[in-house]
Amino acid sequence: MASLDRAEVARLAALARIDLDDRDLDRLSGQLSAIVDAVAKVQEVATPDVPATSHPIPMSNVHRPDEVRPSLSQEDALAAAPAAESGRFRVPQILGEEA
Amino acid sequence: MSATTDSYEEVLERFDPVFGIEVHVELNTQTKLFCGCANGFGAEPNTQVCPVCLGLPGSLPVTNAKAVESAIRLGLALGCSIRESSRFARKNYFYPDLAKDYQISQYDEPTCYDGAIDVILGDGTTVTIGIERAHIEEDAGKNTHVGGTGGIQGADYSLVDYNRGGVPLVEIVTKPVTGMGLRTAEVARAYVATIRDIVKALGISDGRMEQGSLRADVNLSLRPQAGPGGDQNEIPFGKRSETKNVNSLRAIEKAIHFEVARQGALLSAGKAVTQETRHWHEDTNSTTPGRSKEEADDYRYFPEPDLMPVEPTEEWIEELRATLPEHPGVIRARLQAEWGFADLEMRDVVAADAVGIIEDTVAAGASPQAARKWWMGELARIANETGTDLADLPVTPEDVAELQDLVASGALNDKLARQALAGTLAGEGSPRAVAEARGLAIVSDGAALESAVDAALASQPDVLAKIQDGKVQAAGAIVGAVMKATGGQADAALVRAIILRRAGVEG
Repeated sequence: MASLDRAEVARLAALARIDLDDRDLDRLSGQLSAIVDAVAKVQEVATPDVPATSHPIPMSNVHRPDEVRPSLSQEDALAAAPAAESGRFRVPQILGEEA
Repeated sequence: MSATTDSYEEVLERFDPVFGIEVHVELNTQTKLFCGCANGFGAEPNTQVCPVCLGLPGSLPVTNAKAVESAIRLGLALGCSIRESSRFARKNYFYPDLAKDYQISQYDEPTCYDGAIDVILGDGTTVTIGIERAHIEEDAGKNTHVGGTGGIQGADYSLVDYNRGGVPLVEIVTKPVTGMGLRTAEVARAYVATIRDIVKALGISDGRMEQGSLRADVNLSLRPQAGPGGDQNEIPFGKRSETKNVNSLRAIEKAIHFEVARQGALLSAGKAVTQETRHWHEDTNSTTPGRSKEEADDYRYFPEPDLMPVEPTEEWIEELRATLPEHPGVIRARLQAEWGFADLEMRDVVAADAVGIIEDTVAAGASPQAARKWWMGELARIANETGTDLADLPVTPEDVAELQDLVASGALNDKLARQALAGTLAGEGSPRAVAEARGLAIVSDGAALESAVDAALASQPDVLAKIQDGKVQAAGAIVGAVMKATGGQADAALVRAIILRRAGVEG
């Protein structure tokens, strides 16, 4: 049965830039395994003659014409940003010592 | 780092180079890929953004029909098959150049796949490059790093402008290209030039590498030569590097030279090549390691649930196929006939990657020969001296046509025209503006020229006698003196006529 071990949760946490300590890892690997196992039950009914489905609604080619619509003002665009400077979003240092 | 670096040629005596190129083509649609924000360069930061391209909660993307059309036309021009049903996928990564924390791209179902394109080299040899796929994806925003040395490393923080975020791109991925030996770098360059010519002919992108609307990543690896009797195909590929940000044709060639030499030196010393992303540095013509390449799994691709599949009808595809332009090679042959260039002249023009430039210059009003003269003469010399591509010189085809017009109308002679051109290259404006600002103009004021001629004749009294003796070519010395006295601005033909009149000789 699909289950997540501790090392996999630690790797996911690193990719997601989430800092987890040992206790978190123990607790979350248990909880996440339970979720993954529950979802894995789908595999029991997904036999090879059932095609994989990413889009259950039978629609395609939902397109729009290439026509310009009004954008937000710079002020509105930045209104919800925690920090802004010179009309741009200000974000924390991207590369730390790991780079 | 190894102290000894083997040359490109030495390395290729022992190794078979394998390369692949990813070209990102920025489409010139009016709007972005998934929202109605304008797709344009140079606006104030964050003024071409909306809830969709800022990834605000509750917003939903809707695909731009024109972007799909452009991608399909490009795929067809590259000989690709068009998938009956293709879908978008989310590529998840943590980097603030996209506000959503994922890029909408295509993964397992690209719209265009499995094509091939003929690339014609400078000497007329044709090489066929296989195309793995051409998929649609959105571009990212632009980061500005603050603090440190201005690079991402050591920066205190970064500022993000999302105007470019969500602009439509088509990424073209080649199949591995093998067996090109010493011509590897030349083939890679010619391939990118061909892609550039195709997107321009299709009218789907301006294809300007210097402005980032066409960007290339170069993958390169080396494997040992099979040797006599061996089967090269049985030798597995080596570990590859992926060099990012290679943004001129010249840099494509140089990056391949550098990577061949670097990897060859490592392998010869018994060391291993690391599979990694590397950055290209224009100033030093070298690459340095970037972050180690994340595995595809790390991007956690999954189908984009907010966008419906793209399912072009056979009818639509055939309609688009009918709009395809000729192959660049065919266009080239037609232009050569139109322009009346000799084979050798055309070959030089192709080798200098000046076909499109001359075409644009002719369209702006210059004669083909005049366009060729400027671009392959003075401008080629300057490009060579400064180590840049012709297309990257700060002068436009319109400037050159204007310059030629100034010469043809008699306002400037060749010498003055070169000065005007130098001004344009120095950023002083168009040739006409430079000529006005610097006061460059042929002096054809008769009285002024007559007194200059008289002064020159007075200082070289023997010349007049020689001319009257029938040695008309002696007038050249006086013409030279007058040119010198007028700072090269005299109308040479007029000066000559005045001299001959003074000597009482018919011109």
